[in-house]
Amino acid sequence: MSEMKSTSAEVVIIGGGPAGLSCARSLKKAGLRDVIILERETEAGGIPRHCGHGGYGLREFTRLMQGPAYARRLVDEVDGLDLRTHTTVLDLKPGGEVRVTGPHGPMVIAGNKVLLALGARETPRSARLLTGARPQGVMNTGMLQQMVYLQGRKPFQRPVVIGTELVSFSTLLTLRHAGVKPLAMIEANDRITARRPGDLIARHLLGVPVLLNTRLTRIIGIDHVEGIEVERGRGIERIACDGVILTGRFRPETALVVPSELAIDAGTQGPRIDQNMCCSDPSYFAAGNLLRGIETAGQCFREGAAAAGHILDALRQPLPTARKLVPVRATAPFSYVYPQCIDPTLGTDRPLLFKARVAQATRGRLSVSVNGQTVWSRSICALPERRIDWQLPASALRGAERIDVNIN
Amino acid sequence: MTTSVDQAGIVIIGGGVVGCAIFRRLAMLGLKPLLVEAGGDILSGASKGNSALLHTGFDAPFGSLELACMQAGYREYLEIKDKLNLPLVESTALVVAWDEEQLSKLPGIVDKAHHNNVRDVRQIDCNDLKRREPHLADHALGAVLVPGEHIIDPWSAPLAYVQQGLAHGGRVKRRCRVTGGRFENGAWMLETTDGDIATGLVINVAGNYGDIVEAICRPSPFKVTPRKGQFVVFDKPASKLAQAIILPVPTERTKGIVICRTAFGNLLVGPTAEDQEDRALAEVDQVTLRQLIDKGREMIPALAQQTVNAVYAGLRPATEFKDYQIEALSERRWITVGGIRSTGLTGALGIAQHVAELHQQHFGGGLMAEPIWTPVPNISEYRPRPYQTEAGMDIVCHCEWVTRREVTAALSGSFAAGDLGGLKRRTRCMMGRCQGFYCGAEVTRLAESAFAS
Repeated sequence: MSEMKSTSAEVVIIGGGPAGLSCARSLKKAGLRDVIILERETEAGGIPRHCGHGGYGLREFTRLMQGPAYARRLVDEVDGLDLRTHTTVLDLKPGGEVRVTGPHGPMVIAGNKVLLALGARETPRSARLLTGARPQGVMNTGMLQQMVYLQGRKPFQRPVVIGTELVSFSTLLTLRHAGVKPLAMIEANDRITARRPGDLIARHLLGVPVLLNTRLTRIIGIDHVEGIEVERGRGIERIACDGVILTGRFRPETALVVPSELAIDAGTQGPRIDQNMCCSDPSYFAAGNLLRGIETAGQCFREGAAAAGHILDALRQPLPTARKLVPVRATAPFSYVYPQCIDPTLGTDRPLLFKARVAQATRGRLSVSVNGQTVWSRSICALPERRIDWQLPASALRGAERIDVNIN
Repeated sequence: MTTSVDQAGIVIIGGGVVGCAIFRRLAMLGLKPLLVEAGGDILSGASKGNSALLHTGFDAPFGSLELACMQAGYREYLEIKDKLNLPLVESTALVVAWDEEQLSKLPGIVDKAHHNNVRDVRQIDCNDLKRREPHLADHALGAVLVPGEHIIDPWSAPLAYVQQGLAHGGRVKRRCRVTGGRFENGAWMLETTDGDIATGLVINVAGNYGDIVEAICRPSPFKVTPRKGQFVVFDKPASKLAQAIILPVPTERTKGIVICRTAFGNLLVGPTAEDQEDRALAEVDQVTLRQLIDKGREMIPALAQQTVNAVYAGLRPATEFKDYQIEALSERRWITVGGIRSTGLTGALGIAQHVAELHQQHFGGGLMAEPIWTPVPNISEYRPRPYQTEAGMDIVCHCEWVTRREVTAALSGSFAAGDLGGLKRRTRCMMGRCQGFYCGAEVTRLAESAFAS
């Protein structure tokens, strides 16, 4: 076998979705051209590529756009950089070396800095451990949207939609585009997960009943979906349908990260980062939905741009190899807080941005303490599916030896 | 409906792993068999959901036909695997004792293995066990080491058998369910959903439908009560947690819950053993799946940090008899191959040898041809795959790293995948952690256009 081909770049970006392309765009604007963007699909753009409905781009490009147009715009913005589609990353080695395969066969790309912008995916039927047979016609939104918007297919006539996250309403719009009217939207909790008026839109504009306090308990059908059973109130009801769309419950796409040496956070299930979005190996940075599951494309875009700033800083002033990171300690009711650790020696003046979620509805005072002293607090009222974010001046954590985040 | 009558010297009913192996052997004997399968592709029934192990027969009932077939099948698999490009993950197995009572049973397991002529089986102490399997829970007390137990690819092996049978002049009909038959003037006229078939000999390998098909010939001497086995498949990083196949000390009823790697680089926990009446419906259920996961974590605590890729359930064609039910009925020109409960993957090639002998004794004819080898594409993670070795590979399924070329190859040719399940079993596409979130649209589009043409 011949020696494997290799190349190098100042920055390698893995993932050509909103976070990755936004980072590339900012690097380009800063005058950095030695950038390789790796995208495994046939086209870059990420999830918006197959979200054929509107709601994108207002903050980034000051106009409302549909997903595919937004994706194209992101790709246009990085024109002139080395964007490689059809290119799959196989593994991440310490020090920023990534092994890939693609149209030119297997090769190694050495990045001075590497941004991981790998995105997120919904939890499939299997990992939800759903009861029932395993017929065709059960899918996530990701597959449905590709079928509808990229291929013009109509996989079913009368499906049910499981879940009421933001993406679940995107599913309703996708189905409407395909000319399919779902029988119902099903939610186990007593309110929808997305913000109101999602349920009113579903009910009144799209004519889809939203069944709250209703839990999917069985999928019926051997070859194709024939129906489902749900638990409502005290009884089990059967609903005849020909498809089941399992929406949401996104998790970071960490298939490449888990086998690597990068540290993973049990809370977010994404890579552990410091305040500069830098992973446990200082050659790697992370942004976008890989950090925690789902946020909007706009949020990912902003994170990609922020990551570009941190990467440029790191290129100018390399981090010491032995870093002393201080963990951000957060206990219940938090399900996660990130960045998960802070490098107290870093001398930038950028404000520190924290993001968090709680495991259950919580009301109280959110506070950050450094070395046992409260340095910042505010009162909050938080729901499990809403992002909590706050900002601290960089000076607040300088010299920290212990950092705690609490809600009391 | 077809009005013309198909003609075949021998009809094999059932394209499970055993039917495929019998098809291969009879074809190689020049007997031009016709394999009929009710499903859209081979392995649509019991054979699609097993634990994918190649057994030595160390714990099989002494003197049983099952043991003889397993050991003959084991030997033949090792002889032909390279020529058919089939994998062998040489894992060994460990029968682990988790309490004193189980520990006291280990010497008996060793004796039985030696009795069954599996001589290299021996007991090891808990230090040796921990050294071999550092991730096992601390309460493991000792084990029986079975060096010859291995992991194979449960889908590619039967596919290779069918392809070789086709190369030797056999034929396969899929979506062809046998619904009845008449025996007249020493020959059979089978009624199927794809027209009538006239044949001089019927071999019933109908798996979970074995007793129903048998009733075409005679009152079935056995009743099939499908025994469901549910499995949980963990994602690839979990495969580092067990080298050997981790077996429990068996009970009368079942071999119990096994933890083992798969040829595809995952870690499997299962199966359960649940009797049911339905022959086709293989449901998983949340409570049982959680129990399996808990059971797995009890044995390997680090499984708590691992994620689930897939879950499935298989139906084993159990009967009231422990042993295989294999019998030739000379006057009726019929061979019964039933009750292949859970060792069919290992036993298949040995059962095929046995059936060929019965055929020779009762019906005569057949001369072994010089074999034509029909290697299948490798889909095992333990051997090089196209995405690693070939240039210009366009990966369609990103979780299992399946290339577009592999998918289109499985959808074309003289024995292309017959349905989506068959395509998945031939390539692994859509079977990874995302279960089609990324690739499902493209794979089903490719499949549907191939099936439509």
